[in-house]
Parts: sequence; structure tokens; C-alpha cells
Amino acid sequence: MKTSAFWDKKMETISRESLKKLQLARLKETVRFALKTPFYRTRLKKAGIASADAIKRWEDIKKIPFTTKDDLRECYPDGLLAVPLQDVVRVHTSSGTTGTPTVIYHTKADLDSWTDLVARSIVATGAGKQDIFQNMMSYGMFTGGLGLHYGAERVGMTVIPMGGGNTKRQIQLMKDFGTTVLHITPSYMLHVHSKLAEAGMEIKDLKLRKAYLGAEPYSENTRRKVEQLFHIDAYNSYGLSEMNGPGVAFECVEKKGMHVWEDVYIVEVIDPRTGESLPDEKEGELVFTNLTRRATPLLRYRTRDIACIHKGPCACKRTHRRISRITGRTDDMLIVNGVNVYPSQIEEVIMRIPQVGTNYMIRLEKEGTLDKLIVQVEIYSKMFRGDLNEIDRLKEKIREELRASIIIHPSVELHEPGSLPVFEGKAKRVVDNRQKL
Amino acid sequence: MKLIQISVFLENRRGRLSDVCSLLGKHEINIRALTVAESDDFGILRIVVDKPQEATMLLKSNGFVANITEVVTVEVADKPGGLANVLAVLSKHAINVEYMYAFLAKATAKALLVFRFDDADKAIEVLKKNGIRVLSNKDIGSL
Repeated sequence: MKTSAFWDKKMETISRESLKKLQLARLKETVRFALKTPFYRTRLKKAGIASADAIKRWEDIKKIPFTTKDDLRECYPDGLLAVPLQDVVRVHTSSGTTGTPTVIYHTKADLDSWTDLVARSIVATGAGKQDIFQNMMSYGMFTGGLGLHYGAERVGMTVIPMGGGNTKRQIQLMKDFGTTVLHITPSYMLHVHSKLAEAGMEIKDLKLRKAYLGAEPYSENTRRKVEQLFHIDAYNSYGLSEMNGPGVAFECVEKKGMHVWEDVYIVEVIDPRTGESLPDEKEGELVFTNLTRRATPLLRYRTRDIACIHKGPCACKRTHRRISRITGRTDDMLIVNGVNVYPSQIEEVIMRIPQVGTNYMIRLEKEGTLDKLIVQVEIYSKMFRGDLNEIDRLKEKIREELRASIIIHPSVELHEPGSLPVFEGKAKRVVDNRQKL
Repeated sequence: MKLIQISVFLENRRGRLSDVCSLLGKHEINIRALTVAESDDFGILRIVVDKPQEATMLLKSNGFVANITEVVTVEVADKPGGLANVLAVLSKHAINVEYMYAFLAKATAKALLVFRFDDADKAIEVLKKNGIRVLSNKDIGSL
């Protein structure tokens, strides 16, 4: 039977009415802090919000303008700092690979609130202090590693802070310490499976029970694949460094969407083109407001992540609403010969084909004036029987199923397992060679 | 008497065939016959070796996508009409050949033909009845 304890039962099962009241009070306080930053002082005054008193009712949130990633870049390094630097105990910056980096500051209380939400998330999956937790996400500036690390320690789990990479050693430690819970990207999880045999290990040698998957978009079929290959429960985790990191939303034992911890985050879903709010179950861009972080307040932050809010209560009795998995990002959409394609659609199709292995890549090339979409997939070695026609049929099947789902005809290349690039952190599966012409 | 052939999935990448051959060579496994069926972006290497079980294990543990396929190998005189004679027998008994390839045995006047049939048992029965010698893996090892 699926049961899970609560970390903070009172808050996790708070009535919707009380939750909204709490959100409003916290929103006001956050606006008060935001007004201490140069960026929001100008931005909010322009929108007619000169003081926190302008926020009277819950609906007043609509008066607050959105904050974007570009705003954060322009504020680098301290345009969004709301407390004296001496009160800051940690800094996380984004990598800045696509431009100026962004920075988020944390006070001691900010980290405490974040850690508590991660602890809450872990307990919601049915894990507890009896578990051995191997953290396979990168540590350092990337919030995935440290975020889960401190949350797991707070729960009282036995934490193995491995970080990413070094697959053989990871597998060895899983065995030696009887690891029961992993935190890992789905692409790395699949890679680990393909390396088990080389490490002389079988699934039955391991005591794995759960994996927390996150840090990159992936499909429901990939989750199932991970669950079947490892005989475990895999839980979706959502977070972004602008909203601290992991622990923004997490699946409970029901595995039917991720609970957004609404006492700390206001979640909205908007139409990315118009900025209008969208109803429940309708997909759009996620927008978050952090209600407790003092060092870097962020109001109505546009995440570029695409998902929807689920309707209705969850069987686990938590009253905090759930969001769907992230189905894409507003900025990862590919336009191929005029047709919109999300990489997640491609993954969804290929991961349900059993002859497909654990890795794939999407390549875009120019062929004359036309775009060419090439999907490279590794075959699953146990499915190979030595027949050329069979492999040709597999290629055709992948091509046909992709065409049915994304409308355009891709070309499909089959590869040997282990031959495509391996990602031990966030996977970068799309290579677009079109601009280079 | 079926014989074990190893099929290896090879993607179209430089040096891949060489990788297979040097791996087998390093482990003293001798390739008796070889053919490649190719497609746009991959090929299937088919080999008959002296130590098929050992070779398959070796390939798999080195990350190659390999599997064994049962084939039938027959011996014919290495002279004009040798192959035609065998094919005539098969045709007469309506036995389908999925694919085949030939190789020469060292220092003998015999040629060897490797066949993949959809019904290997029936093929063997017909071949033997018609006085055509069917080889085993042991025969291959001692060639």
C-alpha cells in the first residue's frame, strides 16, 4: 500500500482558504523586501506599487509586472540584493553559458526555508531516515546537488555526496552501502544501467528503491523505462535556481503530478505570448513568486518551462496543488521547415519502442534550403538477433511513429550502445547545425 | 548439423570493423569466413570463427552488439558448377535461402558455402539426402 508520512503535516494539509491568506500576507512582505532593491523600486513604482500596502487582495498580484531571465542578467551582480551583504551566507550563480550569468543570494533563514521544503519533498515520496541516499547531481554552483544534500541530511538519511560522474565508482558505492534512494538526471540514470554489466553488477545486487529525477525535461515513457530497468519507483522533481533549486515541486507517493509548496511559492500558468492566466489543465509557461526568500526576492518570475496545473485534490491529502511534468521550454522549441517540434515529443515516441536503447540525440542540418531533422538512437543490444531486415523495419517503425507524432519526416540513424555522447549532468541532446551556414 | 555464425551490429563509423577484427585477433580467435551486409548508416558483420562461444562472449563484454545465428555450411567441389549443383537441389525442394556467402578452405579442392535458411532442419535433411556434406563447428575449427 502506498502511504507516506508528513514532514510538516499542518502546513502540508492546510485548508485552501488559510493557504491563500498566508500567501497574501507573505506576498506583501516579499513586496516590501523587493522595494529595497534598485531593480524593483523602479519597476514596481512604474506599475503603481509604491509600497507593500498596494497589495490588498490576492488578485492584486496581477498588478505586479513579470520578471524575466533578462531582468536578472541586467541586475547582475547586485541589482536584486535586498539585504546587507553581511547577512548573505551563500551565493548561487547560473553558468552564464548563454550570456551574462544570473545570481541568487541566500540568507541563513532563506537556506533554512529551502532545506525544509526539500525535506518535505523527500518524506512525501515515502523515504525517511532509514534510507541511504546517493546524491548523483553536481555539487557547487548547480543547486541540484547542495539542495537535495541538505534536505536529505535534515530528514536524517545517510547521505553519500558523490556528485555526478565516475559511473563505475557510483555503482560500486550503491552496492557497498546498500543505497536505496538516488538523486540523478534521467539521462544519467539510463547511462548507469548500460554500465552495470561492465561493472560486473546486476540489479539484484543493488538495494535501490527510489530515484528522484530532475534537472532536465524528460517524458513519461522515460520514467517508465527507468522504473522497469531498475525495478524502482521514480519521482519527478522540479526546481530552478531562480526559485532556490530543487524542492519547488515534487511528486508524492501517488506519482500523479508534483505538489508545488504553495506556502512558499505562488504558481501561475500563463500564455507565453499574451501573458494572460490560463485555466487548470491548460498548458502554458510556469510563473513563480518566492514568498520567503529575503536576500533575493523574485516576483512573478517567468520560468520558460511549459506545464499545467492539475485540477482537484490529491489522494495523499496534501492540499498544495500539483503541476504536470515539464513538457518543454518556451526556448527549446525547434522550428523545422515551419513546423513546431519539442524535443520532448521525440523522446516520448522513441522511449516507448522496446528495441531502442538508453540514449539518443537530435540533430538539425540544412539540406539545400530545407531543414533536415535527424534522430540518432542507440539500439538495445538484447533485442538484436542478427537480421538486417529486422533492423531496417525498426528504423522504419521509428520513422513512422515520429512522423505520426511530430508531422515531419525525420531521418533515423541507428547506433551501437555507448556510441552517442554521454551526459553525466544535464543532457544536451539537441545539436542544431543550421545557423552555421 | 547447424553451425554457429556470429552477427555483429556495426554502425557506420571509421575503424569499427577493424576494432572487431583486432579484438578477436588479440584473443587468438581465427575468422574462417566473413561477410558484411550493409545499409545506409550501419552494417551487419557476419563471421564464422573457430571458437564461436568464446568469441561471442568476448564481443559482448567489450560492448559490441553481437548475437549468434544458426547457419548451415556445406562443402562443394571448387570447380565450375559446384554452387549451381547445391542451389539446384535446394530449389527443387522449395527451400528458401535468406542469404549466403562462400569461402575457400585452405589447401583443399573444396569450397565452403554458408547458408541462412528459414527452415534449416529441412534444408539439412535435403542436402544430406543428396549427398552434400554439411559441416559442424568442429569441422570448421579443424580446417
